[in-house]
Amino acid sequence: MSNSTVQVAEAPPGVEGAGFFATSLDNLVGLARANSLWPLPFATSCCGIEFMSTMASHYDIGRFGAERLSFSARQADVLMVMGTISKKMAPVVKQVYLQMAEPRWVLSVGACACSGGIFDTYSVLQGIDRIIPVDVYVPGCPPRPEQILDGFMQIQELAKNESTRRRNEPEYKALLASYGIE
Amino acid sequence: MENQQITDALQAQFGADAVYGVTESHGILQFTTGVDNIVPMLHFLYAHPEFKFQFLTDLAGIHFPDAKGQELGVIYHVHSLENNVRLMIKAYAPIDAPHFPTITGLYAAANWMEREAFDFYGILFDGHPNLTRILNMDEMDYHPMRKEYPLEDATRHDKIDELFGR
Repeated sequence: MSNSTVQVAEAPPGVEGAGFFATSLDNLVGLARANSLWPLPFATSCCGIEFMSTMASHYDIGRFGAERLSFSARQADVLMVMGTISKKMAPVVKQVYLQMAEPRWVLSVGACACSGGIFDTYSVLQGIDRIIPVDVYVPGCPPRPEQILDGFMQIQELAKNESTRRRNEPEYKALLASYGIE
Repeated sequence: MENQQITDALQAQFGADAVYGVTESHGILQFTTGVDNIVPMLHFLYAHPEFKFQFLTDLAGIHFPDAKGQELGVIYHVHSLENNVRLMIKAYAPIDAPHFPTITGLYAAANWMEREAFDFYGILFDGHPNLTRILNMDEMDYHPMRKEYPLEDATRHDKIDELFGR
């Protein structure tokens, strides 16, 4: 494997010796989570087309451990909302989010998902953060696959660095409560 | 089959007052009629041995806030496939009582179109089998295409008029 170009994820900081490696559990779990995030693509319009490109061989989101798209919310880690969400669609997005197990992250891709975009009108939800908490926003109309990958890498950073118990913290619970979740 | 033939036949059947505002656009005959005449007129055009307007292309609502007493309108587009002739019929009702008779008894396709006109304009189609919202969310409490409502989303706070030159 000496001539392999495959790069293995860097080990977290820790103490290394002959036959052992010690680090904190947070770091280890974060490393595992960040490099095997399963996205649930919720694609409704043109940003979804950009996602298809992101997912396919040229940009290959699989390089970030996300090649396993989870079309079941129960097994997904990242909800990627791509495209215009109408008010009629909003309860569906929320239900998908509720079906996801913790830890879960939300990536809002494109101007429409982030803020309603050009569709400032009676039928369109003015940003998905009105119904579910969003971790990373990717602006653009539509964003290029590079931008979506950058947003995904930001999610990876979150997964790597947040405490494994962050989801039990009062701030996080208050955030969910502000959306009427749990 | 000439457009004049159609107006003549309709005026002979329903009276000279029943067909007014007759114009022609791109060769398509357009006219206005009373709300009460709509259903018998469409039935007549459907069953007529020569005209055979047996296809409902479209049914749409419209709102003219300045036309007092006839603010809300319904426009029927019918097509005679055999003669390849199209026809546009308009009718208006006051916004206080926007009642139109349903045409679902003749054209089953009118079912969803009438629901759409109800959804967006609040036009009430008497006799419709299921007059509920079709496109907007069920919780919506107004009819958004009426001109008195703003097009923009009322819940949005980040759009400052000053920045948009208003």
